[in-house]
Amino acid sequence: MPLIRHMFTTASFLGLFAVIGTALVALTFINTEERIADNELQALLHSLHELVPPRLHDNLLSEDTLIVQAPELLGSKKPVTVYQARKYGKPVAVILAPTAPDGYSGDIKLLVAIDQYGLLMGVRVLGHRETPGLGDGIEIERSDWIESFNGYSVDNPGNLGWRVEKDGGIFDQFTGATITPRAVVKAVHKTLQYFEAHRDILLAPPESWTHTPESEHHED
Amino acid sequence: MKTDYFQIAREGLWNNNPALVQILGLCPLLAVTNTVINGLGLGIATLLTLVLSNVTVSLIRNIIRPEIRIPVFVLIIAAFVTAIELAMNAFFYDLYKVLGIFIPLIVTNCAIIARAEAFAAKQPPLPAFFDGLMMGLGFALVLVVLGGMREVLGQGTLLANAHLMFGEAARNISLIIIDDYRGLLLAILPPGAFIGLGLLIALKNAIDTRRKERSSDVIPVNAEAVAGT
Repeated sequence: MPLIRHMFTTASFLGLFAVIGTALVALTFINTEERIADNELQALLHSLHELVPPRLHDNLLSEDTLIVQAPELLGSKKPVTVYQARKYGKPVAVILAPTAPDGYSGDIKLLVAIDQYGLLMGVRVLGHRETPGLGDGIEIERSDWIESFNGYSVDNPGNLGWRVEKDGGIFDQFTGATITPRAVVKAVHKTLQYFEAHRDILLAPPESWTHTPESEHHED
Repeated sequence: MKTDYFQIAREGLWNNNPALVQILGLCPLLAVTNTVINGLGLGIATLLTLVLSNVTVSLIRNIIRPEIRIPVFVLIIAAFVTAIELAMNAFFYDLYKVLGIFIPLIVTNCAIIARAEAFAAKQPPLPAFFDGLMMGLGFALVLVVLGGMREVLGQGTLLANAHLMFGEAARNISLIIIDDYRGLLLAILPPGAFIGLGLLIALKNAIDTRRKERSSDVIPVNAEAVAGT
């Protein structure tokens, strides 16, 4: 049957191209995989080091991590990574990666560094979809607003102060955008509350982390 | 028949420009053109895909059966785009983070499959390569010009974030065109892209009309009016 043969050759031809195409992608993937993983690690370390400079700690931040889950205070149902910075074996700071769930257009992903005394060392925005030109003032590249958190803690300025100025707090909002800064202020405040509630675990040596099932999240 | 390379160049860059005349690939075009560098990044990625897919399609044009040519073209384009995406992630990580979600969208850029079907499938590899290059350049050029317009109007700079593409040394080639500029939000937001593209198309049409008027004074019959369709 010529028709069957025709169908067969056509199908195998298409299959051949699928194989070639997949091979091309697989080959590129194998050759770039390591570099991409390294890029991602470097980018992560770079943003972590902006908050906790390398001179303040002597451990590898990307390795001493704890996975916690606190949808209410850290803004995400997904597990949140906590990075611990130590010097001479003693914890000096933690960096949390909470989410502000109530941005103007969705989640704002943050990085919040808190030192061992509960003072904010710095906040950075990892990702957001806020309006360009209005809400993106939260990015360090666009304005230094995000640095206005440095040095504050959960008690200073206290519950009433942890708001934007428009709501009676001490943090600036930008012209034309209140929702974005409000969401960030709220998320940072909640992160501090989370830190206060769990500081024993967060500042414990990482060896003990495996024994804290309460805030542990095991994927396996 | 001898291939007219000059004609191919003219088609790609002007007469049949993918962005201004064919109006193809609008989604990435409108989404990323808020700065020159973003436009250039996506332009180069699209250009590369066009050249690779055109050459490949041309090479297999005689062995491929017409019934399955479209799926095969799609496969080729998707494979190349994925490879380019991975390469970009590996070698231009910062730029990849900016353009990230638009790179896979190159697959859906109809300009690429249109060139495969309309040109590369009927021509030898060399003209197909040249056609891909010129069409890609024509597309990239519009991305860069539109990016420039929106960047100057929107944030008063040009070539901001050049270091994402050219490395740290290029950090200071970005220009501040308007000092202490508060920005024009409209230009950065999606409507700015539509308005900007509309202005560019209008400009091109105005130039064409003027040229036609001038040449029709000398040559009574304009052969070019029917070309490119």
